[in-house]
Amino acid sequence: MTSVLPESFIGKVLYLAEHYGPAYLEGAKLTLFIALVGTLFGCLIGFVCGIVQTIPLSKNDSFLKIAVVKLAKWTLNVYVEFFRGTPMMVQAMLFYYGFIQYTSYRPTTTLAGIVVVSINTGAYMAETMRGGIFSVDKGQTEGAKAIGMTHFQTMLYVILPQAIRNIMPQIGNNLIINIKDTSVLSVISVCELMYHGKAVAGTYYTTFESFTIVSIIYLTLTFACSRLLRLLEKHIDGADSYDLATTDTLAHTSGMTNYPHKREEDEL
Amino acid sequence: MSKAILEIKHLQKSFGKNNVLRDIDFTIYPGDITSIIGASGSGKSTLLRCINVLERPTGGEILHNGKNILDKSNNVAAYRAKVGMVFQSFNLFDNMTVLENCTIGVTKVLKKDKKYAEDLAMKYLTQVGMSPYINAKPKQLSGGQKQRVAIARALCMQPEVLLFDEPTSALDPEMVGEVLDVIRSLAEEGMTMIIVTHEMAFARDVSNRTIFMDKGVIAEEGTPQQLFTNPQNPRTKEFLSRFMNN
Repeated sequence: MTSVLPESFIGKVLYLAEHYGPAYLEGAKLTLFIALVGTLFGCLIGFVCGIVQTIPLSKNDSFLKIAVVKLAKWTLNVYVEFFRGTPMMVQAMLFYYGFIQYTSYRPTTTLAGIVVVSINTGAYMAETMRGGIFSVDKGQTEGAKAIGMTHFQTMLYVILPQAIRNIMPQIGNNLIINIKDTSVLSVISVCELMYHGKAVAGTYYTTFESFTIVSIIYLTLTFACSRLLRLLEKHIDGADSYDLATTDTLAHTSGMTNYPHKREEDEL
Repeated sequence: MSKAILEIKHLQKSFGKNNVLRDIDFTIYPGDITSIIGASGSGKSTLLRCINVLERPTGGEILHNGKNILDKSNNVAAYRAKVGMVFQSFNLFDNMTVLENCTIGVTKVLKKDKKYAEDLAMKYLTQVGMSPYINAKPKQLSGGQKQRVAIARALCMQPEVLLFDEPTSALDPEMVGEVLDVIRSLAEEGMTMIIVTHEMAFARDVSNRTIFMDKGVIAEEGTPQQLFTNPQNPRTKEFLSRFMNN
């Protein structure tokens, strides 16, 4: 590299972006990948935990069922408390170096990162899911039971779709938190955005400039994700209006409308 | 007389020390339209909820075709599929359209194919006058419309008996009529029904047996003519006089 580092702040930022752009983008890609995959698996872990923790038990159940469910609930409680109660940075160190020091298995740092993010997110999502399930009106369960659905069917077709819709904002929150918090994975040398930011900063002693670029990239990622999730929520909610289904064509001519416009809430 | 669908024997329900139902006995035969009246807190709704085991009775038996459904070994879900329930608060599935609300039980519980379920749903939605609204979600409907869909949903399961838990109590007055009309048309078709209601005139017109409940027991029962025009129990008299004076 023959060019000289400019003096001004803007100049330095542009210089770094020009020469190390691919490195930053490489880091951003890995950050986004770990955050997305980690959040996805975390949600799945959380859903399962939340579902298990809300299994109802009645006096009519067999002793075996009660024992198994209670043990499962207790185990999940321990999991949730441990992973909510320790920092993700510490969990990453424990997980990665635990394997390296005491087993012959060598996980790649990326895999270790994904696993740590997943189980950490899972612990939070377990509680969120539990809340989501409780937030669905009890009448929905009764309606489902009254037509003969089993507990499993009630959860699958009626409660979970509504619970997941209700916790969508929280899932979005978790994704955004994960995009930012993958930065702690640099302690186990995961080459994500933070790692590259530090590397570039160290090359020219341009810490402020390098992290200006890093923060702009983080902000872009989180903002894009929050907008996309908002769109997804709207998609799940479906149309605001509905079509009247009638084969009676005379009905249309006699003034039947299909209400194409959403009523404006703030309009009186 | 034909075989009883439901025999309720010495039914009891207590919440802690509070005995809500004490020794309830009655029998439902096919075609019976039973109305249950009584003051708030007399145990009417609890009785209905015990009949399809949304509340588990603390004593007594419920015999369905001769089999006690309260036995531990009995499959409660399968029994509930045969006993329809219409709730005061509709309890339509908010995540599904009107049509899906009606078909989900037929496809998932009765394991019938989708085409059959949709045909059945259209038949009953037409009967309750809601067939144009199959694509609507429950939140887009009025109370009366929701309740009519809820009735269609229950009918799609082709139940042996249909339970109504104060079906019009959560409705605005102008919507009560449309729901009562639907129930009346079912009565004319010979549907077996148990109706908990505060609509005294409706109970008198539509049912062929009326039960008056007071403090967790059946205080009086008989034909609507007997019970409404010539009540024997002083509590029934008092209750009815309060209603009739309004």
